[in-house]
Amino acid sequence: MAKQMTGAEMVVEAFKDQGVEYVFGYPGGAVLPIYDAFFMQDKVRHILVRQEGGAAHAAEGYARSSGKVGVLLVTSGPGATNAITGLTDALMDSIPLVCITGQVPTHLIGSDAFQECDTTGITRSCTKHNYLVRRIEDLPRILHEAFYIASHGRPGPVVVDIPKDVQFATGAYTFQRNIQHKTYRPQLKGDLEHIKRAVAMMAEAKRPIFYTGGGVINSGPHAATLLRELVRATGFPITSTLMGLGAYPASDKQWLGMLGMHGSYEANHAMHDCDLMICVGARFDDRITGRVDAFSPKSKKIHIDIDPSSINKTIKVEVPIIGDCAHVLEDMVRLWRGGQRADAAALEKWWEAINGWRARDSFGFRNSTQIIKPQHAVRRLYELTKGRDLYITTEVGQHQMWAAQHFHFEEPNRWMTSGGLGTMGYGLPAAIGAQLAHPNSLVIDIAGEGSIQMNIQEMSTAMQYRLPVKIFILNNQYLGMVRQWQELLHGNRYSETYMESLPDFVKLAEAYGAHGIRCSNPGDLDDAIKEMIDTPKAVIFDCMVDQKENCFPMIPSGKAHNEMILNELGDDAGVDLGAIIDEKGKMLV
Amino acid sequence: MVKTHAAPLSPYSTAPHRSHVETHTLSVLVDNEPGVLARVVGLFSGRGYNIESLTVAEVAHERHLSRITIVTSGTPETIEQIRHQLERLVPVNSVKDLTLTVRAIERELAMIKVRGRGENRVEAMNLAEAFRAKVIDATVESFIFELTGNPQKIDDFVDLMRPLGLVEVSRTGVAAISRGPEPI
Ligand SMILES: Cc1ncc(C[n+]2csc(CCOP(=O)(O)OP(=O)(O)O)c2C)c(N)n1
Ligand SMILES: [Mg+2]
Repeated sequence: MAKQMTGAEMVVEAFKDQGVEYVFGYPGGAVLPIYDAFFMQDKVRHILVRQEGGAAHAAEGYARSSGKVGVLLVTSGPGATNAITGLTDALMDSIPLVCITGQVPTHLIGSDAFQECDTTGITRSCTKHNYLVRRIEDLPRILHEAFYIASHGRPGPVVVDIPKDVQFATGAYTFQRNIQHKTYRPQLKGDLEHIKRAVAMMAEAKRPIFYTGGGVINSGPHAATLLRELVRATGFPITSTLMGLGAYPASDKQWLGMLGMHGSYEANHAMHDCDLMICVGARFDDRITGRVDAFSPKSKKIHIDIDPSSINKTIKVEVPIIGDCAHVLEDMVRLWRGGQRADAAALEKWWEAINGWRARDSFGFRNSTQIIKPQHAVRRLYELTKGRDLYITTEVGQHQMWAAQHFHFEEPNRWMTSGGLGTMGYGLPAAIGAQLAHPNSLVIDIAGEGSIQMNIQEMSTAMQYRLPVKIFILNNQYLGMVRQWQELLHGNRYSETYMESLPDFVKLAEAYGAHGIRCSNPGDLDDAIKEMIDTPKAVIFDCMVDQKENCFPMIPSGKAHNEMILNELGDDAGVDLGAIIDEKGKMLV
Repeated sequence: MVKTHAAPLSPYSTAPHRSHVETHTLSVLVDNEPGVLARVVGLFSGRGYNIESLTVAEVAHERHLSRITIVTSGTPETIEQIRHQLERLVPVNSVKDLTLTVRAIERELAMIKVRGRGENRVEAMNLAEAFRAKVIDATVESFIFELTGNPQKIDDFVDLMRPLGLVEVSRTGVAAISRGPEPI
């Protein structure tokens, strides 16, 4: 049954029909009619961010922590361009977003009108799909299609650009549940023959490993449950990418920790030496593979992915399985239970080797009673929040890697970080999105003093909506990750990486009406963290840490997985790290 | 100073074993909607793929379908990637690698302007006849030939016209279709 309404009303109506709870947005001339339609209802709540970039990351945090589509609404021109970083971030990390942008009236498009920009042109390569709606007749279909495309197949951001005259125009609004898209029909079920082959290979494997990624999280909690079943039934070791943390419980003995550039020694060595790699919802990103021609040279590879273009993109695999992780894992569990069995003797030897690598304790570090080591700070934060209903976001840099190494996750959707794009400024708005999705949970942004300043304005948003997000800054007064690379590659010449004139974060917190805590003494750390947890409103925690700590272990660029640098080789042992990376490697950073 | 290296190995490149480069013809059926060509072309430029020729026209008016025929070159791995990347685009209905799947017929149309008098003019006419090129415009000192054929045939003809007073060429790019009764 079609209802007559304006384009602006259709936008809000479509949000309601799609079950949207929150829209992150910022008003402006080209979206005034939509804001007016918002004003007339109270079903869908609008969250006023302080910059459109914040809206995009908040929508990402909401989406990632809830499994739903994140929605943002911005005006034309600068509103749209400010959202670009977040859209690109969502594309890289496969986060479902719908972004409504206002546009100048259709008759002005192309005339360089006030606040006009070619939004669909600019966002073509940073969205999964985009639309410019020229006719009111197309608007209802496009709005619902946008939600469908954002959330089906490999998720991603979709932009719907709506000229102002289309928002004013009146037309018939319709909504049909479960429409099938004309051309976009991602394959969910994997090819059973390929799955059978994969399971047979698993039964024969001597040194198998599961390598999982964000695809498991995107596939939903059921996929994580099935993954656990399969991993336990096989007895194989499992590692995951940065994006996949939480799909498998970190407390389990089969868990090897994260792999990749700053991954664990055991995970990377097991990847290098395995004879069968079962990749589930990961994409052989270059931070994972290191040198591609030396990547896991002895293994056969099974690759489960919903996106056919991920298969054989960088690494050739023997058994590709195109499908949704949950569907494929379900078939695998069933086939495995139907009479397959791992080579127990071989597995025992394999675990012996892995336990040897594990014994190196590659995330270990030299602690201090004088100064707070950043790793120690993350570990204490983990210990003191253990067992709570908790969501963690991060910014980008060393603190992000330390968080990935020293914080441990038992459940999916609890860990939100910018992996593919590596966007500083992601963590605070993402925490706001996660806190809205989970109002009674503890949400902490593990931050750097550099990154937090990229979207600090969103403190104001947190205060307005009384969101008690906690910002835990590992303040090393450096753009630490870049400084580390300067140490490795550029002879300790710290060009523009010292953070001069930092704000007083405690006073800054107070200026926003939040609570500020500073801690620089290891002895005070636990109490200070407890104070943060117990504060019922937003907190900025300025944790003054060792300024020159480096993040280890690491695979230097241009090196293979079995050529990791470990902590004891670090600067305090007096080794010239620059010499470890050759000229070729320097090109690769 | 930026140091340059003879052969920088990049982690962002595809398979390390560089296999040989092939030329393939892809037939892409798309919804005929605004911006669809920009999506396809943007994909090629954005991901660094080659376009040797590209043609596009509506092929089914009621169903709003257009066929884009792209001749591209790359390693077999790259061409497989191109196909998958094209398939990811929402308005793309299907992508067929005609070089891999069927023996396709490829045709291109060219218009070739030749200027000259006397012997060269006679020679150009004779060659045109041998290639079954049509004269579609003539003045006392010029011809425009129309020639249809596979791209190689057109290249050959253009090469022959060069010493005889070739002025310029306009080509359509390749259109292709599969042999036999089955659709692409
Ligand atoms: C928007 C953006 N600009 C630049 C970079 C490059 N970059 C990566 S890490 C980093 C330093 C981050 O510093 P900080 O937030 O203090 O974290 P730390 O590494 O010190 O823990 C920079 C500049 C980036 N990732 N994102
Ligand atoms: Mg820092």
